[in-house]
Amino acid sequence: MPPIKLTLNGKPWSVDADPDMPLLWAVREIAGKTGSKFGCGAAQCGACTMHVDGQPVRSCSTPIGSIAGSKVTTIEGLEGKVAKAVQDAWVKLDVVQCGYCQSGQIMSAVALLTDTPKPTDQDIDSAMSGNLCRCSTYVRIRAAIHEAAKALEI
Amino acid sequence: MPDGHMTETNRRRFLQVTGGAGVGLMVGFTWTATGRRALAAPAEAGKAFEPNAFVKVAPDSTVTVLIKHLEMGQGVYTGLTAIVAEEMDADWAQMKAEAAPANAKLYNNSAFGPIQGTGGSTSTYNSWTQLRQAGATARALLVAAAAQTWGVPASEITVSKGVVSSGKHSAKFGELAAKAATLPVPADVPLKDPKDFTLIGTHLPRKDSVEKSTGKAVFAIDVAQPNMLVAVVRRPPKFGAKAQTVDAKAAKAVKGVVEVVEIPRGVAVVATSYWAAHQGREALKVTWDESAAEKRGTDAIIKDYKALLSTPGEQVTKEGDVDAVKAAKVVKAEFSFPYLAHAPMEPLTCVVKLGKDGCEIWAGDQFQTVDQMNAAQAAGLKPEQITINTVYAGGSFGRRANLESDYIVEGVTIAKALSDAKVQGGKLAGSPVKLIWSREDDIRGGRYRPIYVHGMEAKLGADGALLAWKHRIVGQSIMAGSMFEQKGKPDNTSVEGAAEIPYDIPNRLVDLHTTTSPVPVLWWRSVGSTHTSFAVESFIDELAVEAKQDPVAFRRTLMEKHPRHLAVLNLAVEKAGWGKPLPKGWARGVAVAESFRSVVAHVAEVSQDDKGRLKVERVVCAVDCGIAVTPDVVKAQMEGGIGYGLGAVLFGAITMTDGTVDQSNFDTYRCLRIDEMPKVEVHIVPSANPPTGVGEPGVPPLGPAVANAIAALTGKRIRDLPFTGTVSV
Repeated sequence: MPPIKLTLNGKPWSVDADPDMPLLWAVREIAGKTGSKFGCGAAQCGACTMHVDGQPVRSCSTPIGSIAGSKVTTIEGLEGKVAKAVQDAWVKLDVVQCGYCQSGQIMSAVALLTDTPKPTDQDIDSAMSGNLCRCSTYVRIRAAIHEAAKALEI
Repeated sequence: MPDGHMTETNRRRFLQVTGGAGVGLMVGFTWTATGRRALAAPAEAGKAFEPNAFVKVAPDSTVTVLIKHLEMGQGVYTGLTAIVAEEMDADWAQMKAEAAPANAKLYNNSAFGPIQGTGGSTSTYNSWTQLRQAGATARALLVAAAAQTWGVPASEITVSKGVVSSGKHSAKFGELAAKAATLPVPADVPLKDPKDFTLIGTHLPRKDSVEKSTGKAVFAIDVAQPNMLVAVVRRPPKFGAKAQTVDAKAAKAVKGVVEVVEIPRGVAVVATSYWAAHQGREALKVTWDESAAEKRGTDAIIKDYKALLSTPGEQVTKEGDVDAVKAAKVVKAEFSFPYLAHAPMEPLTCVVKLGKDGCEIWAGDQFQTVDQMNAAQAAGLKPEQITINTVYAGGSFGRRANLESDYIVEGVTIAKALSDAKVQGGKLAGSPVKLIWSREDDIRGGRYRPIYVHGMEAKLGADGALLAWKHRIVGQSIMAGSMFEQKGKPDNTSVEGAAEIPYDIPNRLVDLHTTTSPVPVLWWRSVGSTHTSFAVESFIDELAVEAKQDPVAFRRTLMEKHPRHLAVLNLAVEKAGWGKPLPKGWARGVAVAESFRSVVAHVAEVSQDDKGRLKVERVVCAVDCGIAVTPDVVKAQMEGGIGYGLGAVLFGAITMTDGTVDQSNFDTYRCLRIDEMPKVEVHIVPSANPPTGVGEPGVPPLGPAVANAIAALTGKRIRDLPFTGTVSV
């Protein structure tokens, strides 16, 4: 089988893997980038959220063979003013508790603010309801997204 | 979690098991009592100054606090570090937190006895004096070093924000560290008067926020070791079943699968990657011996428990004579509570590296001493040969602390099986193994909050006075058979929150039926109070309505002799605007509960839409947790407790059909999502008392506050959890 070619965090990435292998495990175990987390393996919790060609996807349920040629961004490769605003807001409001879901939360929040710079609570609910947080940091996630949106206005 | 010390018998047994003669002396241990020099060897240039087991001062003035408790989200890396920083008069920016090694002699939890472990919301409570002393003594040594260096009396030296100064002299901690390390450790260093605190009680940024907001924080699942293998385990479909026949041919044919080994808890598939191990397990064929398994469904278990409500149980509390009371009105209610999985976001994971003379473990380890004991037994080693590297845990809610060390022992038994010379000629011996539970393993793997059934009966006088209260509880004990079991006494984890209540009722009887089942059960965030507080606070609210009184006024009358509870209740209702008008289709409910030495009251506001669907709009919380060391962490724990408790009461349930768990992942074990999270307001009661728990106490009053609001809005009293069985949410 020829290797699968993609771009990971801006760099060419050639993966020798079973095309059915979920993107999450290829990134974690082959590329060694562990910021994206395994929470359910069934696209139910969002802890594994990455950007594929700019769109948030559940990498635990995305076969790597299905996205050959795509640009994959993980939390380790996040950059730009939206990402900075989101991560700064996360730190400013001390959103995290256990922190395990937060890479996925941040990836979803960056995607939301990239498309919708001034989200309403309802926008936030619909964009973020695929990301579970068992510590229930939801109050602060919502506040941090508003905070980041405000910072981006300036 | 076990709260309070082990019994003397169990403590002795524990010491025998660990071979830890003298470990008992370490209960209440403070390093100052040793009277030794700060460092056994003189400090070398460039080395850190380590005045005690908790504090390290580096030459660059970084102060590292060794944290003996697991950081699982509850904020111990921040709160415990703040205690040391306060007494040292350090600058918050120079403070760092680091996991302490597993060492019960130095790092036991004094609320548990000679055991290192985290739980029962005891981390701050049991560390408070210990870490104040550690910080104050480190400060005293730095001051003494400055006094000698500068030739000025110690009394003329001040410390502020990490700078030691006197007149024209000034130095940072790092500059004094080498000298301080040579000085004798003073005994009985005075602690600060709390009115002089400058850090405690203020907003301090969390120490783990940056790592956790950038994907850099390391959890057990992220640990990598050279030549590491990954294992998953096929476990029995029914609790108590055992593997009968194993056909591993197809599993072994999967590319990347290295070996299949039987272990006491199931059959392990070991591979070069998780994906290969997962596929191998899918291909594995196992038949099970179910002769000793639980074959009842949960409906049958609840029915069996309800049948026990008609017979008296083991007496827990008896005041006055309930049966002799003549009442104008008798009110009765029965409640049922399902099994609940903890479902922390990071499924159970550990990495085990087993050698001939030792075993190294990486885990979000919550029960280091117990895990050392169990791992040692599984490995055929001594507890002191087990090294545990405690890393961040992706949540726990009680799950990672269990008396059998289930996932740790699985990891060790797999490593042990691979080290057998008969397995591939022993060539896998010593390979590090990462055990990963899938979400399905987690949801179906047991150690649930037990099923409980409660029967309540109250007698009211003609004037509405509450004259008698009968409370019968039926359920499985978490402690039975463990070192924490208190033989001859009612199981505390079944009755806490019911045995003692903050209401003065002249005649009161509480009794307990303890049941057994092969289904393994465990403490789940707030333990007994997850169900007792729901029953007590729902029933008291119902009695207020029966007595034609306002639920707050009714509670206040009964709570007169409990000023702490009363103050919390009063703060919550005042901030919530109790009695003030709400939009149409909204109602309020209130509940108050003490757990883990703290008192929390919630006022919940619930709305109903035109389709009858209920939504929790807002929760106003008041908490008395003694001194709030880091108030923002306290607030976060209340927010978290509210969300965790709300998801559980609305739709949390593990059910079984003929002994097999019906749920498997987050699609069937529904957890609270952001669109279901209410607005939350947290108010902290000012206090000068030592800190008490915050990780768990936010949970207990949440369920009944919401249920009471639903009753006020719809007239429906919810008796059987979760709420989805009764109302639309």
